[in-house]
Amino acid sequence: MSTKPTAYTPHPMEKRVLLRDHLGVDFTRLENYIAHGGFKMWTKAQEMGRDAVLAEVKASGLRGRGGAGFPTGMKWSFLPKDERPRYLVVNADEGEPGTFKDRYFLELDPFRQLEGILIAAYTINAHVSYIYIRGEYWNSKAVTEDAIAQLYKAGWLGKNIQGSGFDLDVYMQTGAGAYICGEETALIESIEGKPGMPRLKPPFPANIGVFGMPTIVNNTETLSAVPVILEMGGEAWAALGTPKNGGTKLVGVAGHVKTPGLFEVPMGASMRDVIYTLGGGITDDREILAIIPGGSSCPFLKGDEIDVAMDFDGLKPVGSMLGTACITVMAEGLTDLLGVMQRVTAFYQHESCGQCTPCRQGTGWLKAIADKMDAGLGEDEHIDLLISACTQIEGNTICAHGEAAAWPIRSIATKFRPQLEAAIRQRATAHGYVAKPAA
Amino acid sequence: MSEPIAFSAATEAKIAELLGRYPRKQGALIPTLYLAQDEFGWLKPEVLQLVADRLELTLSAVLATAMFYTMLHKKPVGRFHVQICTNISCYLLGSDALMEIAQQALGIAPGESTPDGVFTLESVQCLCACDRAPTLQINKEDHFKVTPSELKALLETLKTEGVKLGPPVGWLAEQHHAHAAHA
Ligand SMILES: Cc1cc2nc3c(=O)[nH]c(=O)nc-3n(C[C@H](O)[C@H](O)[C@H](O)COP(=O)(O)O)c2cc1C
Ligand code: SF4
Ligand code: FES
Repeated sequence: MSTKPTAYTPHPMEKRVLLRDHLGVDFTRLENYIAHGGFKMWTKAQEMGRDAVLAEVKASGLRGRGGAGFPTGMKWSFLPKDERPRYLVVNADEGEPGTFKDRYFLELDPFRQLEGILIAAYTINAHVSYIYIRGEYWNSKAVTEDAIAQLYKAGWLGKNIQGSGFDLDVYMQTGAGAYICGEETALIESIEGKPGMPRLKPPFPANIGVFGMPTIVNNTETLSAVPVILEMGGEAWAALGTPKNGGTKLVGVAGHVKTPGLFEVPMGASMRDVIYTLGGGITDDREILAIIPGGSSCPFLKGDEIDVAMDFDGLKPVGSMLGTACITVMAEGLTDLLGVMQRVTAFYQHESCGQCTPCRQGTGWLKAIADKMDAGLGEDEHIDLLISACTQIEGNTICAHGEAAAWPIRSIATKFRPQLEAAIRQRATAHGYVAKPAA
Repeated sequence: MSEPIAFSAATEAKIAELLGRYPRKQGALIPTLYLAQDEFGWLKPEVLQLVADRLELTLSAVLATAMFYTMLHKKPVGRFHVQICTNISCYLLGSDALMEIAQQALGIAPGESTPDGVFTLESVQCLCACDRAPTLQINKEDHFKVTPSELKALLETLKTEGVKLGPPVGWLAEQHHAHAAHA
């Protein structure tokens, strides 16, 4: 970003080992990155050797920050032991509505991710890496391209990196406005120049990925954590979080809160504290109507369901998931939940790649029903129709876009039925129809 | 009907570099389509054919990819492409009002362009800067925490600039074709 970074003090509730925008240093310059200890972990990885690095990542318990939480070390060890070329693909297609975390690394600390890429590529023995950045992220793309150019110039990319004998080429790949390309196999298709249509799994990318070769796909935040893990040691990283959820997590708070922003907390932090302490509490000190814990693919929560631990297992008791850990807060009295639902259905309908009938047609139905309610023509039974459509999408599709479309709507239709019914009547009246009385 | 088209030397050099990045030529397709639309304004049929020829791909392969992605433009786009985020956080914090202002100031609905080719207005999916909602993007530039008065002022400035700059590359020829087709 063009603005000069300024120093500030993060809240004591935070634990910052990744974020460092508060230091007031321009980390888009290689010399500044190196002056603050950058690339020391690459050197350390060389001394440790591949197996030791992999063991350290496994010991850290690092789980994928793209949303699914798959253990990173285990993923890396799934690569077949053959002679085919391997690829490391970086998922920087950040597009999950409500999310704004990878943008931080891409714009403000690009070398952290690039050092992670170097270490990961070395560990899995890949010599080409594509960083797939969301098309609309023009600034991120420019910063990343510039960072890559700085690295080539200084001998940190290309042939025989810093005399190590290891070769790596890194290319910035641009997305082009399709959310579904965040799904790893759609992303692979997109790198190949094809429409972003997810592939049926198996085969998994670790065996047949980009250009038919073994491929590891990792999220930007996942890879950015790798140098930190080597620096502090896998066990120390693991100890920062909760069992099975090692380390820290970037968390966001947006919507109806007083101090929206991006923060970093130990895994397992209280969601209530994140919203009320880091997010500064609710606008006008109102009550929470609903929240989305980590992007609009997650089931919505009610205001009394926020006493949960923010890690990959902590949201199961309330029927949701951590997702990207960027929270959207909707306040009582300020939120038109039917309007929100209409946006959510429109999004998933628009972004369905159209391969599977349940997703293509089902997301169309969800949107059609929401539109009808929004236009004042809704009836209470339509809520049941929404739930029925969700049931017919879930589990019947090639990729998880189907669930991503169905789960939030099911949660609204079941948890917020009274609010939806009231909204249906309010819309009918507003559009001059005679609303059916409540049953 | 139309004159033969060719890539500039600068674009040619970039395509050659791109081809070195992938084991298959089709890998270079999406970045090449971006280069092509930068050069010719939008991806009209002749441009798609040119890309197909250059990358030794079938026209249908090029078309399938071009059609799939919203940021690859299959029709002309105004000089200023105004995209207002209408997803959840921006909706909660006033994106409807911003869209209303833009429609009034430009006299067009979302999905339309002004006849002079200066503006195209669209809604866009979450720009993933929700902590700085409401957001919008104009060409390659993000605008965060946009207030109604800021948007009004911004559009006025761009209108003046647009008059000076005139329509984007490819715009007039397309208008001409459209009229000829209707006649
Ligand atoms: C519809 C859909 C969209 C997704 N979008 C993203 C995304 O934008 N960024 C991301 O990292 N992962 C996204 N994922 C998850 C990826 O498929 C994949 O799990 C992830 O990139 C793996 O990296 P990780 O193990 O480091 O998390 C998406 C998944 C689905 C089903
Ligand atoms: S679930 Fe939807 S997005 Fe995923 S492959 Fe099927 S149609 Fe495409
Ligand atoms: S909702 Fe507008 S930036 Fe996320």
